[in-house]
Amino acid sequence: MRLWKSKTSRQNLITLASVMIVFSVFFVLNNNGVLSRSLSGQLIPICVYIIMALSLNLTVGILGELSLGHAGFMSVGAFSGVIAVSFLGNYIGNPILLMVVAIIIGGLLAALTGFLIGIPVLRLRGDYLAIVTLAFGEIIKNILNCLYITIDDAGHLHAAMFDSSSLPGKFIINGPQGAKIPARLSTFGLGFVLVMIVLIIIMNFVHSKEGRAIKAIRDNSIAAESVGLNITAYKMKAFVISAAMAGMAGVLFAMNYSAIEAKKFNFNTSISVLVMVVLGGMGNLRGSIIAAIILTVLPELLRGFDDYRMLIYALVLILVMVLGSNVRFQQFKISISKKMKGIFKRKEAASK
Amino acid sequence: MAFLSNLINGLSLGSIYAIIALGYTMVYGIAKMLNFAHGDVIMIGAYVSFVSIYSLGTPPLLALLIAMCVCTILGVVIERLAYRPLRSAASLAVLITAIGVSYLLQNIALLLWTANTKVYPSIVEFEPLHFGGLTITGETIVSILACIVIMVGLTLFTGKTKTGKAMRAVSENRQAAELMGISVNRTITITFAIGSALAAVAGVLYCSMYPVLIPTTGSIPGIKAFTAAVLGGIGSIPGTLVGGLLLGIIEIFGKAYINQELSDAIVFAVLIIILLVKPNGLMGKKVTEKV
Amino acid sequence: MSQRNSTKMVPIPNDVIIPERDLGKKPVLDIRNLGIDFGGLTAVDEFTLAIGKTEIAGLIGPNGAGKTTIFNLLTNVYQPTRGSILLQGIDTKGMTTAQVNKLGIARTFQNIRLFGKMSVIDNVKVGLHNSIKCSALSSILHTYGYYKAEKAARNRCLELLDFMGMADMAQYQAGSLPYGAQRRLEIVRALATNPAIILLDEPAAGMNPSETAELMDHIRRIRDEFQIAVMLIEHDMNLVMGVCEGIAVVNYGKIIAKGTPEQICNNPAVIEAYLGKKGAEKNAAEG
Repeated sequence: MRLWKSKTSRQNLITLASVMIVFSVFFVLNNNGVLSRSLSGQLIPICVYIIMALSLNLTVGILGELSLGHAGFMSVGAFSGVIAVSFLGNYIGNPILLMVVAIIIGGLLAALTGFLIGIPVLRLRGDYLAIVTLAFGEIIKNILNCLYITIDDAGHLHAAMFDSSSLPGKFIINGPQGAKIPARLSTFGLGFVLVMIVLIIIMNFVHSKEGRAIKAIRDNSIAAESVGLNITAYKMKAFVISAAMAGMAGVLFAMNYSAIEAKKFNFNTSISVLVMVVLGGMGNLRGSIIAAIILTVLPELLRGFDDYRMLIYALVLILVMVLGSNVRFQQFKISISKKMKGIFKRKEAASK
Repeated sequence: MAFLSNLINGLSLGSIYAIIALGYTMVYGIAKMLNFAHGDVIMIGAYVSFVSIYSLGTPPLLALLIAMCVCTILGVVIERLAYRPLRSAASLAVLITAIGVSYLLQNIALLLWTANTKVYPSIVEFEPLHFGGLTITGETIVSILACIVIMVGLTLFTGKTKTGKAMRAVSENRQAAELMGISVNRTITITFAIGSALAAVAGVLYCSMYPVLIPTTGSIPGIKAFTAAVLGGIGSIPGTLVGGLLLGIIEIFGKAYINQELSDAIVFAVLIIILLVKPNGLMGKKVTEKV
Repeated sequence: MSQRNSTKMVPIPNDVIIPERDLGKKPVLDIRNLGIDFGGLTAVDEFTLAIGKTEIAGLIGPNGAGKTTIFNLLTNVYQPTRGSILLQGIDTKGMTTAQVNKLGIARTFQNIRLFGKMSVIDNVKVGLHNSIKCSALSSILHTYGYYKAEKAARNRCLELLDFMGMADMAQYQAGSLPYGAQRRLEIVRALATNPAIILLDEPAAGMNPSETAELMDHIRRIRDEFQIAVMLIEHDMNLVMGVCEGIAVVNYGKIIAKGTPEQICNNPAVIEAYLGKKGAEKNAAEG
């Protein structure tokens, strides 16, 4: 009951409950074969992009720093997850346990990458910070493109850059051809649980003293420092948590396919996640979830208009942005929502 | 000899980056926005000149002029329809709009010209020069010359003409410039027009050098040129030249002496190192917040 | 008020004066020969001053005299070129602004710097940040400890807001408050960090006379109830002469006079700095 008293916790509970309900409905529909094949194939990507959008919202919306390389962390998670599954597959029989371990490893390695990248990146400001995150995203992609990792019969890992000729055994990661996934371990249930965990962690984090400190730094870093906040430490915390979650999403994403390539995690992927965050509203977690679902499903729904779907996507993007900052359109929206509320109230009164 | 030849190749690629980067730098300086669609204007310029040479049979120079005109109009229209309504919006909204415009241009190109690779004919018609073992192609000479002419022209334009001074005033302080009777909208339109015309030039030169034309041709040189602009100090014309040339040289040398695959990573690594030492780029102005 | 204005200022070794009641206690701030150059320009030079443990001190001077620069030096926003700052006996050289705050200096800003998108109470909670006892893990898990710490913080914030007469505004967005309230909120936020001295940079700027009078009362109550020192920069001479016990006058980055309000009022160098040489002569002639 204590939770229900404060407005923010109430909002959080509503968000959690609605996500639970929507996902359970999907879960039931999917198990009964009601969903079309293309839509049921989108369930795991939806979970992946929800986590990506939520985690990027922590950096962009809450911390207020523009990151254009979020897909880089996703790829670190994906590739380390593949290595973990290939290596540990001999030791861990239970697929769910194997996947959980892989997700943790992917998250930890992405967090480490985030920390290392954060040291230089977080010293910069604004657009300079943005371009450097873009640069790191591209560097990660380039390095993964040159990376070869094999596993030999004894279960030992071997790695090399540029040249794979000396490596014994089977390829796990084969340079530009990407990684082979030994088994498709991702399930919708697993994705659902991961989404809930990520959502709860971010919501709690944002509403704790750490989250408050990060928002304070976003609003005015000089004042934040003057009240004793260590700016770099808190920026780093947000950045690393965000990276770790993107890494976990990466593992979930990779294990949904039979093979993945590094170029899948390019600038365009980072941008599409950013679009979800901006369309959903900066700092608005519920918005991020909705935008992630819509923008993942939308291209599938538009499959009939194959030639035009990206065109439509682009136009929608521009229109939403232009209308979103148009004063007259905003007033129109407010007046509509007031009228709607009026209708509801009248109905309520009538039913009483 | 290989070293010299790489250096010259680097300079010519760098010249093209510098020309593209001018578009980014000018728009950033004056409209304070990252125009992510700039790379795609380059691609449109290349396609227009390609069509004009192949379908209309125009001479290359006329094709270049047509491409410049089309891109100028395109740039102005984009600014008017997509960016101007967002003049007072959050910078991230403008950024997302620019990304939308970029996707839009790529998909229009996809519909008009399909995804099939077009082999771009070089517009430079004179023979390569030979100095002993060193060969300098016509494209190389033309791009370096074009870059020099454009840099000098633009420096004179912003320094001497009334419109150029208005542009500098708007980039320093938009409100103050407006109070002095400068039309901010007109100035921004002119900036987009110049930037887009330069993008057409860059598109034609880039495709003459790397003759692969597809709807996403513009994005990689676009990102690189943006990197060059940041490297040199965004907002500064000489900085753009230095940044562009440096980037071109590093890229070619990285390809030649380190690794073909890693050349982009090397370029970006250099950007990161330079920004750590000089957070506002090589020739950018230091902005400190007054406490 | 008259009783406070008659506080006796006594010299301590080191060419500085503090109120008599703070004698024998370590001065909260002991600034010696502080100086900073920007490029070739000397912005502050040979600045020597001590602030008593519960003193209300004023820093006045014409525009551009270097007053805010001194505040920035004290809070280590700038690192001094010369000299030293002893905060409760500890040299703050090389520390960050955050570390200096933890050691006991809190401040407000001339151009208000609130966390504009956050609520009033959250602004104050950020000030309390370092005294909220709650680990990162229990923050993320929202354990019982988290709720306990948050509740304690909330109560403390409301107390502090109430102290400045702002408790009813707790849920408003900070950026939407009227000007005077924003200045007061900055003071509350600074007090929340539990400082030994609070630096107020033009706290009365933009306030009307009745708000200023209220502010003067608040400043005295801050000293009396929290038993801390206050140092303020202000152009409103009624406020400065009304609340300050010791005043330092700076011009061109150097102290030109130190003393009690009465001494400062009658100091010819001060009059000259404010009115110019001719004005000072005229003033003297008029008596």
